[in-house]
Amino acid sequence: MRWGVITFPGSCDEQDVYDSLKREMGQKVKLLWHKDELTGHFDCLILPGGFSYGDYLRCGVMARFSPIMRGVVKFAQNGGLVLGICNGFQILCESGLLPGALVRNAGLQFVCRQVFLRVEESDTPFTRETKKGQLLKLPVKHGEGCYYADPSTLEQLRKNRQIILRYADAKGKPSPAANPNGSLDNIAGICNETRNVFGMMPHPEDACSQFLGSEDGLKIFSSIVASRNDRETRHA
Amino acid sequence: MRDEKTTQFAQPTLTTALVASHGLTPEEYQKILKILGREPTYTELGVFSVMWSEHCSYKSSRHYLKLLPTEGPRVLQGPGENAGVVDIGDGLAVAFKMESHNHPSFIEPYQGAATGVGGILRDIFTMGARPIASLNSLRFGSIDHPRTPYLLSGVVAGIGGYGNCVGVPTVGGEVYFDECYNGNILVNAFTLGIMKKKRIFTGIAKGVGNPVIYVGSKTGRDGIHGATMASESFSEEKEQRRPTVQVGDPFTEKLLLEACLELMEKDCIVGIQDMGAAGLTSSSSEMAGRGGSGIELDLSRVPLRESGMTPYEILLSESQERMLLVARKGTEDEVKRIFDKWDLDAVVIGQVTEDRQFRAHFNGAEVVRVPITALTKEAPVYQRPAARPSNIDELQQLDLSAVQEPEDLAATLKLLLGSPNIALKEWVYRQYDHFVRSNTVIAPGADAAVIRVKGTQKGLALTVDGNSRYCFLDPYVGGVLTVAEAARNLACVGARPLGITDCLNFGSPENPEVMWQFAEVIRGMRDACMALKVPVVSGNVSFYNETDSKSIYPTPTVGMVGLLAKLKRVVTPWFKFPGNIVVLLGRTREELGGSEYLKLIHGLVKGTPPWIDLKLEQAVQNCCLEAIDRGILRSAHDISDGGLAVSLAECCIGGPDRPLGVRIETHEMIRGDALLFSESPSRIVVSLEEKNLARLQELAAELRVPMHVIGTVGGARFVIQPLLQLPVEELRSIWAHGLTARLK
Repeated sequence: MRWGVITFPGSCDEQDVYDSLKREMGQKVKLLWHKDELTGHFDCLILPGGFSYGDYLRCGVMARFSPIMRGVVKFAQNGGLVLGICNGFQILCESGLLPGALVRNAGLQFVCRQVFLRVEESDTPFTRETKKGQLLKLPVKHGEGCYYADPSTLEQLRKNRQIILRYADAKGKPSPAANPNGSLDNIAGICNETRNVFGMMPHPEDACSQFLGSEDGLKIFSSIVASRNDRETRHA
Repeated sequence: MRDEKTTQFAQPTLTTALVASHGLTPEEYQKILKILGREPTYTELGVFSVMWSEHCSYKSSRHYLKLLPTEGPRVLQGPGENAGVVDIGDGLAVAFKMESHNHPSFIEPYQGAATGVGGILRDIFTMGARPIASLNSLRFGSIDHPRTPYLLSGVVAGIGGYGNCVGVPTVGGEVYFDECYNGNILVNAFTLGIMKKKRIFTGIAKGVGNPVIYVGSKTGRDGIHGATMASESFSEEKEQRRPTVQVGDPFTEKLLLEACLELMEKDCIVGIQDMGAAGLTSSSSEMAGRGGSGIELDLSRVPLRESGMTPYEILLSESQERMLLVARKGTEDEVKRIFDKWDLDAVVIGQVTEDRQFRAHFNGAEVVRVPITALTKEAPVYQRPAARPSNIDELQQLDLSAVQEPEDLAATLKLLLGSPNIALKEWVYRQYDHFVRSNTVIAPGADAAVIRVKGTQKGLALTVDGNSRYCFLDPYVGGVLTVAEAARNLACVGARPLGITDCLNFGSPENPEVMWQFAEVIRGMRDACMALKVPVVSGNVSFYNETDSKSIYPTPTVGMVGLLAKLKRVVTPWFKFPGNIVVLLGRTREELGGSEYLKLIHGLVKGTPPWIDLKLEQAVQNCCLEAIDRGILRSAHDISDGGLAVSLAECCIGGPDRPLGVRIETHEMIRGDALLFSESPSRIVVSLEEKNLARLQELAAELRVPMHVIGTVGGARFVIQPLLQLPVEELRSIWAHGLTARLK
């Protein structure tokens, strides 16, 4: 399958995503430049982490105006798979592809540490190789990762089962102590209503090798591969 | 040049007072008159002032720095460039350097620390290396000093704010608190980058007619005379110098980094250098100096952030995120195309000449014409008077019989573990991204950080170390111990040293006692480097770390980089499995002089630091390395601050998983507090499966390393028979909250 990873000015993790997909999984990956129009065929687009435009304004608000984003929105509207990680999640929220917003961490400090995530839904293209209730160990590293949405949006998210990952403790309980940034309802990752756009604050690309302390990030990427293969089969 | 009057900017008349305010002595001014054969212009006075400042010229230290060993089979670039470069095999090399940003960080902690990180990152990517790991060594005043929490929070946020945004992980470091830094904190920033061995760039200007291109941020009035400030002592009123602190823009740095690395893939660059201290002046004259060329600049073409700037200000500005490069003639458009892509300025502002002069024009008039060598090679060098401090004999006197051994050694251990110097530093490093670039194998909190080298089986280990109390009590021994501890930290993760970078932080070189400390520290570092066969490949000297005539302790900090040939063999400090045997490599002696215990519990900074036998040190390190290579060890941890007891406690509670207990039996015939808290060097605590014990014994015997089986891992208690026992969870809690409890 073909992956596109978008580089915005200030992106930091595009190479990490590229290396994880290419070196660890042998996937076909292309780095895309934000000033270009989106051309060519892709099965999944990734908006990586980093500090697009330095995050000097609200995180992600400048990147949504990059020329390539027109194509990304269209790609998503046509059912294409889009994954936003960290700053990518923020860009997806700013672009209106995902509901809610990511605001300053409750502790007011940047936070970098390993966290546990409980998989809340495994019937998405991004989590289908996991089981509901399973724990994933991935790092977070952000200053503005506190998920916020108004009560009615939050209700919609719950009703439509769009909350995909929640911060949990080692026993799988989504406790306040396990929440690194004060996110509402311990939310770490959500998808859109049609379940083809997924945003998450933790970094799967930093957890794809035994040397890095966790290989759980591979489960997110291999889920995407599996769902794409499935689609191929169905279309055949 | 004499027609400066016709140009549109103010030119103060040169007076003795003006010369003095530029930090130049009357003798230095006479030397300038002799070199030029005339009075300098105001702009030239500024140029000499920064280039001859201690910060840029190393005029007091150069004589001693020559003593350090700088060569080795793997060294591709030693001191004198923007960073040192060492061969790591597989066609790859690493560039690394450490630099101080002490004074700016004390005046404005967030921006001071942030721009310190920015500067060191540029030193690395200017060599053609992509920065992949940073560390830092931080020293603050007493934790109870009213300014300390503010300075600590600001510095940590600044380091994180800059490094995180540029996408370079901060993988390790050290944080210490001591009253001697109350009025002068230390912020030393280290960065390592990786590059293809065949593609090393240097700061050189050559090829007559080649264009000199300015890239990056525009020039403003910030940081003018920053280099001069770094070459003076502090006093209360110097805090008024706030405008000389630069402001960082990590986003522009990130663009500059990517643009430069992209350009380096093309065949355009002759030489490239960061505009760091003394900005455009030092970068252009140093590049010309290395190339044996001249350089001609048209200052009217420099992109400016504000209007009305004078040539003096343009030449001396220390605005951040700027680089100067010399390109091959004819490649100007290619250079511009790449910088356009990244939305950055790239402007031809001059050319390389053959006259070996540094010349600058402004609005058509020549404002500077100085021989390049006058600014580089011919800058003053001093062999300043050195004198052994009058109080050192008294300081070294320590009568242990007058030091009462605590009755409750368990309580003493708790005090040590909860003290800010030993307690967990997670509050600090969780504000740094230590995962980005997805290479981090051992994150902050271990003896050394370890990163993988993608595409190879190798790993790199990195550490920064310093112990200024030792250096204060005996600078020679302190210098030796600093280098030895850094190498030992690398040995504990299984890495063999490749090279050193250092930051030498001292008081005023004009004080003979400080100069003596400096000379002794260098002598100690040299002896340790020679014995352990580690070359010094880069570094920086920071003098004038004093406030109102009170010097800091002499503080050399050493950044050491090591190579793990087989990353899969890497070992961490923490106990892994109940039932594993605990072994002490090396020997504990009754050495409490200069220890953390003596300072914290008895309020004494006295005695001589522990003695070190470099042959034994090397044998202990080799034993640990060999055992790791053979896959015998489950953990290895250096013994340093707080001694054996603290080190063992860290093995139990420092890991990412649940704490493990240990049961230790000791039979040493020394007093209990010395057994627990003595800081004798050349010791490593290791754990291993019992079945491997004979193999370790054989190895230790072969290498003549003293080794003792001292206990077994397991249980929920921390027991050192017959001296103390405690629940391991309690130790963890005290250690984990020690720092945060004091910051409230």
